[in-house]
Amino acid sequence: MSSAPPVAQLRHVVRVFAGTPPVLAVNDVSLRVEAGDYLAIMGVSGSGKSTLLNLLGLLDRPTSGSYELGGVDSTTLGERQRCQLRGTMLGFVFQSFHLLPDRTVLENVLLGMAYSGVERSMRMRRAQQALAQVSMTHRAGFHPTTLSGGERQRVAIARALAARPKILLADEPTGNLDQNTSDEIMDVIGELRDHGLTLVVVTHDQQVAARADRIVAMRDGRIDTEGVFAPVLDVHHD
Amino acid sequence: MTDHVVPRRDRFGAQDVLTEAVRGLPGRPGRLLLAVLTVTLGVGSLVATLGFAQTGAHQVAARFDAFASTRLVAAPAKNIQDDHDLAVMPWDSDERALRLNGVVAAGLICELDSKTMVIKAVPLNDPEAIPLAPPAVVAVTPGLFSVVDASLVEGTFINAFHQENAELVAVLGANAATTLGITRVDNQPAIFINNFSLTVIGILDTASYHPELQDAVIIPLSSARNWFGLGTAGQLDLDISLGAGDLVASQLPTMLNPNDPSGYAITKPVAASVIRSQLSGDVDALFLGFGLIALVIGSLTTAAITSLAVMERRGEIGLRRALGATRGQIGAQFLTETGIIGLLGGLLGAAGGVLVVVGVCAANSWTPILDVRITVAATLLGLVAGTTAGVLPAIKAARTEPATTLQAGT
Repeated sequence: MSSAPPVAQLRHVVRVFAGTPPVLAVNDVSLRVEAGDYLAIMGVSGSGKSTLLNLLGLLDRPTSGSYELGGVDSTTLGERQRCQLRGTMLGFVFQSFHLLPDRTVLENVLLGMAYSGVERSMRMRRAQQALAQVSMTHRAGFHPTTLSGGERQRVAIARALAARPKILLADEPTGNLDQNTSDEIMDVIGELRDHGLTLVVVTHDQQVAARADRIVAMRDGRIDTEGVFAPVLDVHHD
Repeated sequence: MTDHVVPRRDRFGAQDVLTEAVRGLPGRPGRLLLAVLTVTLGVGSLVATLGFAQTGAHQVAARFDAFASTRLVAAPAKNIQDDHDLAVMPWDSDERALRLNGVVAAGLICELDSKTMVIKAVPLNDPEAIPLAPPAVVAVTPGLFSVVDASLVEGTFINAFHQENAELVAVLGANAATTLGITRVDNQPAIFINNFSLTVIGILDTASYHPELQDAVIIPLSSARNWFGLGTAGQLDLDISLGAGDLVASQLPTMLNPNDPSGYAITKPVAASVIRSQLSGDVDALFLGFGLIALVIGSLTTAAITSLAVMERRGEIGLRRALGATRGQIGAQFLTETGIIGLLGGLLGAAGGVLVVVGVCAANSWTPILDVRITVAATLLGLVAGTTAGVLPAIKAARTEPATTLQAGT
């Protein structure tokens, strides 16, 4: 374990969803994410991996435990501060892309900076840089509906990158893509890591997880196994 | 952390909210059209109904204006302190007035104190008869019928012969005739006032400007003076040529009493502007109610449509929240969107309402009257209605949890 302060750290985090009976989605999870980490979170459906990603992304609040992001205990923050922290520290890539269909590719990428406080005069340049980073400059004026699945996900990655987040959270980023396109997208994501971006990827695809430095396997809301690719695979083949 | 302060110019501010709202609307043109249309109909009906109300009131008032511009009334002025008359109307006031240029017709009119009179259609007292309020008794000179454009159901008016000879004749107002049970005059029915028998010679149909004559027994002024003790000649009503009002008004007092012309008050009989405003006010209140109901329905429909939009756009809301949007910013965007819908509906509705009013007026050869402030107010009302309609959907959108909504596509 590194002695440098972690970029994100969960301590004994519990998330219970109210209901009859209540659902214990995340149960006493502690997780440390170092700067520059490439972490994959795996698990079967219902294992709590998406809930864990939502907690890491400040899209949800833990029922108990603490979550430090960028050295700040997020559980003590108000709604407005959480939004500011989310907008400046975190970038998201979703399985279903979440691009606005009536906006062009460039406008979708610009939207990624609307709430993050990026200086207005910098936004256009940053958007173009982000599009260049994912090789989508030539599609800047197109609408998402005219793009392939792989191209849409590249645009979604560019949107996340434009705000210069500290951590990129990807929820099944290749879930809607074929194998070749999936490999291309993971190549793009891998390159981001090479530029120092911290990556947390939720996936059930072992090939995607195999690219990560570290894999966390979830089962019944707990971290079942944590390590490199091979042992985790063994766990899931039980 | 992130405790750095983002300069105001780089924050997601009001201008960004407006931009995002404007950009967000055309994404679903069908729904936008429907929402705008509902507000348009509400505002349009409001403007149109108010326009019709004002135009209608103007049409009525215009008729009063036309009438009033050719009418004058002369009566003794009152002492402000004790309310006593400052002069006496000469019994031949009408003849004097007719000597003036511009006077077309003149007639005296005076109501008698009928409280002390016994008025009935048969000479016998029927103890079982249901007591009825006696009609008023009004004394006139023959010229008055011309002044008030009177018409008859049947019979004849009081004429110069009746006046000169103080004949015991009467013309009955239509309502008075009904009260007295007289429906025809060809059999020369009689009525009795204080045991004087008066022959009914006519039944009045209409009398503009003096509608109270409908309820009265009308007798010659000279008869009232001779038989019923009338002491004063009441007031003088004049029908004058168009544009002669000022001249006649200045000369008439001198004609009535050259020694003391200041004792008379010359007035126009109808204050058209007052009638117009009263009439307009009454009608406005009625139609305003209908218009507002239409607008409320429009607002509710917009609210329903926007609520559906919030459901459909859960994915987009989740995305914006993931990008750092606060609940307030999400709510403000939806509120602004419905505000824009309301403003558009208000503008189109106001324009449409004006067009409808003008179109209907053109078809009927009326003068369209619509206070321009109504169109401005109606447009703003559309904005208010739209914004109000967006409150609940905006709250709903702001409360949408990003963690769950991000499962949906945009």
